[in-house]
Amino acid sequence: MTTSLKRAPTRPPDEAAPAPPRKRTGNRRRLAGWAYAAPTALFVTLFFAVPVLLVGRMSVSDWGLFAGDRGVNFPDNFADAVDLRLFWPAVWFTVKYTVITTAILIALSLGVALLVQESTRWSGFLRTAVLVPSALGLASASLLFYALYSPQSGPFGDVLPGAGQVSFLGTPDAALWSTVGLIVWRFTGFYMLLLLVALQGISADVYEAAELDGCNRVQRFTRITLPLLRPSLAMCTILCVTGSLLAFDQFYILTKGGPDNGTMTIVQLIYNAAFQGGNDLGLAAALSIIVLVALLVLNLGQFRWLRGRDG
Amino acid sequence: MATTLDTRPVRRTRDGRGTSLAGLVVRTPYYVLTGALALLFLFPMVWTAVASVAPQAGTAQTDGWGFANYGTLVDYQAGIGQYLLNSVIVSGLTVVFTVTTALLGGYAFARFEFPGKNLLFLVTLAILMVPYATLLIPLYVLLNDLGLQNSLVGLALVLTMFQLPFATFMMRISFESVPKELEEAAFVDGCGTFTALRRVLLPAVRPGLVTVGLFAFLAAWNDFITPLVLISDSDKVPLPLAVANLRQQVMGVIDYGATEAGVVVLAVPCVFLFLVLQRQYVRGFMSGALKG
Repeated sequence: MTTSLKRAPTRPPDEAAPAPPRKRTGNRRRLAGWAYAAPTALFVTLFFAVPVLLVGRMSVSDWGLFAGDRGVNFPDNFADAVDLRLFWPAVWFTVKYTVITTAILIALSLGVALLVQESTRWSGFLRTAVLVPSALGLASASLLFYALYSPQSGPFGDVLPGAGQVSFLGTPDAALWSTVGLIVWRFTGFYMLLLLVALQGISADVYEAAELDGCNRVQRFTRITLPLLRPSLAMCTILCVTGSLLAFDQFYILTKGGPDNGTMTIVQLIYNAAFQGGNDLGLAAALSIIVLVALLVLNLGQFRWLRGRDG
Repeated sequence: MATTLDTRPVRRTRDGRGTSLAGLVVRTPYYVLTGALALLFLFPMVWTAVASVAPQAGTAQTDGWGFANYGTLVDYQAGIGQYLLNSVIVSGLTVVFTVTTALLGGYAFARFEFPGKNLLFLVTLAILMVPYATLLIPLYVLLNDLGLQNSLVGLALVLTMFQLPFATFMMRISFESVPKELEEAAFVDGCGTFTALRRVLLPAVRPGLVTVGLFAFLAAWNDFITPLVLISDSDKVPLPLAVANLRQQVMGVIDYGATEAGVVVLAVPCVFLFLVLQRQYVRGFMSGALKG
């Protein structure tokens, strides 16, 4: 309705005559539009909107894995979630992991993108080499590194006989850095590609002008390349932060949260509360809501920071 | 490109066209550094492929080179054939669901006006904002209620939902980049909107469709946490989960040889698709970049 009303005045008066048939086709087009969008609407409603509402309800209910809904349990689920022995250690570990991963990944991806931006055959080969790991699934990559890091099967046991057995996953700190190594290997290509696209969007004229003004290479990088890359860098950071905060596969496969629960991330905590021993879906739902809200606030903050500095 | 490169003195030395000794000296550290980088990134995959056929104590392949580790996979529980089949079914269904839904949805969002259009599009994109784990807990309950627990179809439906933000966005911009005159000519010829879609628009948006299908396949093939939560029957798990379970097989002793062989089986289709469809890959990433 609203669309046809809006459209009418913009039409020249002499074309107003065929309005009634157009209105009918307008209605038919609206119906057709709805029909084409119906599968999307069905998916989004059934598998997204309903679950989001359901998780909200579950988080305030006493909901067992096998028992189902057993009535309201409002503040208790949230109180229990925060009181979990591993809640704060998991939050702290997840944040630490996120900061380390994001800093290394973004810096390395930018460095590699700068190294391979020429369009020579050698650069093409380098890009492909760095990008191939990102074709692998995260679970496959984790399994690969699980074997690679093993003192039994991995290649590093023999390489450093003097240094004794290198333990990649033996202590919490070693396990953290080993996992960061895996993630850097898997994702550098992805972020390199995003930054490469942005780098190639910078006009050569800008560099030429800078050169005429006597810019040296360092100045060219800090005063031109970096500021012009800022939107892309910010987007990479947001993607990387969000992905790392929700880390699960790599830790589930490499460390199962150990040793000594030293690599327990917040999503692992949710999974354990629901399916591994905890069997408490209400508690898991409450934890999920806490993560969801934290993530929304963080993303909102990041977007605002992004837009604020643009303006 | 070549002319602009020539105007930058720094780049000219890097061009390698001048075969002077000085040029070589300047270039060598660059080649050493980048060559080492390439080796570092290629090494883990090459190592797994080699180690999966190499002799190694504690695996099926103890002396000589051969494929005994792959034999372990074949004999493992339901057999790798079953797990491969599970993965193929889930990935195939996810691709079909995603491509169909996104094709029709992208057409609707790009070409039609209807009440609730913007709201529906925003809610579809909002799927990106909600963590997997947050959705999987209620989906586990919901699929039970729908009688889709432990089912590969249910798994494919959930994986499709996770793909919809990217797929719908991609198809919407694909349709929007097709000139309207193209389908208007078809309408003049008396085509309905569906005939116009099938005859005129489908060929025009095919590259976008391939990208969407490729990403849906890879996501479904590689997903780990979704089947971990939704599938409890060990004969119905897809391949990544089966390989991960296989590690704890014999009394806590880990068969690394079988793990390496499993990683190779998992990686081969992905790397093959990547090398064949590299351009589609880059395209997908670029449209991701446009989103930001």
